[in-house]
Amino acid sequence: MRYSGFRVIKEALSGHKGWTPAWRDPEPSEHYDIVIIGGGGHGLATAHYLAKEFGQSRIAVIEKGWIGGGNVGRNTTIVRSNYLLDGNEPFYEMSLKLWEGLEQDLNYNAMVSQRGILNLIHSDGQRDAFTRRGNAMILNGADADMLSTADIKKRYPFLNTDDARFPIKGGLAQHRGGTVRHDAVAWGYARSADSRGVDIIQNCEVTGFRIENGVCKGVETSRGFISAGKVGCAVAGNSSRLMSKANMRLPIESHVLQAFVSEGLKPVLPGVITFGAGHFYCSQSDKGGLVFGGDIDGYNSYAQRGNMPVVEDVCEGAMAIFPMLGRARLLRMWGGIMDMSMDGSPIIDTTHIDGLYFNGGWCYGGFKATPASGMSFAHLLAKGEPHPNAAAYRFDRFEKGLMIDEKGMGNQPNLH
Amino acid sequence: MIIDHPLLGPRDSAEFTYMGDARLIDRPDPDGADAAAAFFDYAYLRDNPAGWHRELWFHEAGDRSWLVVTRNTLTHEISKVELAREVARAKGRSK
Repeated sequence: MRYSGFRVIKEALSGHKGWTPAWRDPEPSEHYDIVIIGGGGHGLATAHYLAKEFGQSRIAVIEKGWIGGGNVGRNTTIVRSNYLLDGNEPFYEMSLKLWEGLEQDLNYNAMVSQRGILNLIHSDGQRDAFTRRGNAMILNGADADMLSTADIKKRYPFLNTDDARFPIKGGLAQHRGGTVRHDAVAWGYARSADSRGVDIIQNCEVTGFRIENGVCKGVETSRGFISAGKVGCAVAGNSSRLMSKANMRLPIESHVLQAFVSEGLKPVLPGVITFGAGHFYCSQSDKGGLVFGGDIDGYNSYAQRGNMPVVEDVCEGAMAIFPMLGRARLLRMWGGIMDMSMDGSPIIDTTHIDGLYFNGGWCYGGFKATPASGMSFAHLLAKGEPHPNAAAYRFDRFEKGLMIDEKGMGNQPNLH
Repeated sequence: MIIDHPLLGPRDSAEFTYMGDARLIDRPDPDGADAAAAFFDYAYLRDNPAGWHRELWFHEAGDRSWLVVTRNTLTHEISKVELAREVARAKGRSK
């Protein structure tokens, strides 16, 4: 069924009796050409691009719970491509371009809103760093705009540009950045993949891999063995747990990242703002809630909930830049589990086991990467070689000293 | 989280800096035949278990001791806290 404004009106006039489920609930077949483990944003996007762009068929996405129940439902919905390093920026810019055409591609309203993202500058050193970053973005075909204090005052009159503890001295803006309705991303990809014949199998947990003579033959699941020509893993947050079933140890630690939503307010914040003197970022959802977050908690965790010290730190950042936020009540807070890699960048690569492919290590930047991750992983699965924009995301970069360390923190995952 | 420091008693985890898997105590031999591979493993690969995990916490805003904390990554429950110094000495390390 194709969605359109006309369809909404027609259904409204006929009692909404014509809508059908957006995807099927099939029983798993005995064999698929490609099995993708993980029905989150990245897994479903991979299935969509495999079917649509690479002409593959007999594909299944298997998910231990319900689709979209992991990190694609537990993020702060921001999309941007303001990276510095060569290994990253072309990839994230490809992602932003795919976001721009996503709704037409999927025929699904994902509420892609290019409301802009602004990284505030508070010192001369930061201005130099952001100028360099902006230039790197422009060289890679992205947009970047250095704003003066006067420009910022015009766009965000409530920001204190006069006598704040950390004075605002400018900002690096990416006007094409913004937010996307996160659940709709999972649902839109699922619906599109399903309509192209992909089986989305929920409540099906992978319990092991069947590996014979170094070749992956399929996956053991809670619903029986599923034979597969190729198996792709896209379960960021739980990558180490899953890959340990194939006796692999990864350059990854799992950490918890908390996020917060205030009560619904009238429109106060037109775009996304990040504070440069601490770690705090904020946007306002279309429902009116201020969505914000900061640092990861900093210790290994699979608990999907964090502790108070980081809550305090995030709220201090909020009060430093938006004192008005102190008057708003907190509606919800939650934690998501991040694959924190050893250099802060992801991995999309083959493994030493034939037929087993890996996508993970997204740190806390996985949501914005969803379309490019799906496109690149589909490219790797279909053609056996990496997408040109994701060629640097290799497993062996740690061994070879080819790290993509955007923050320059070294192999300390909780600092990325 | 409250970490029950062996010398100081219960302390807020915010006083500590997390330094990762306690296996980092076992630094490979730089003169060993497989030193490059061993250091790659040491520096970059982690078990990252869901469940009990032995890990290093540095009491940065306290007595600056290093602790080995046994903590459940699924529940954040802490079952055991030791001085890293004593753990290393028990393995035959001299200081």
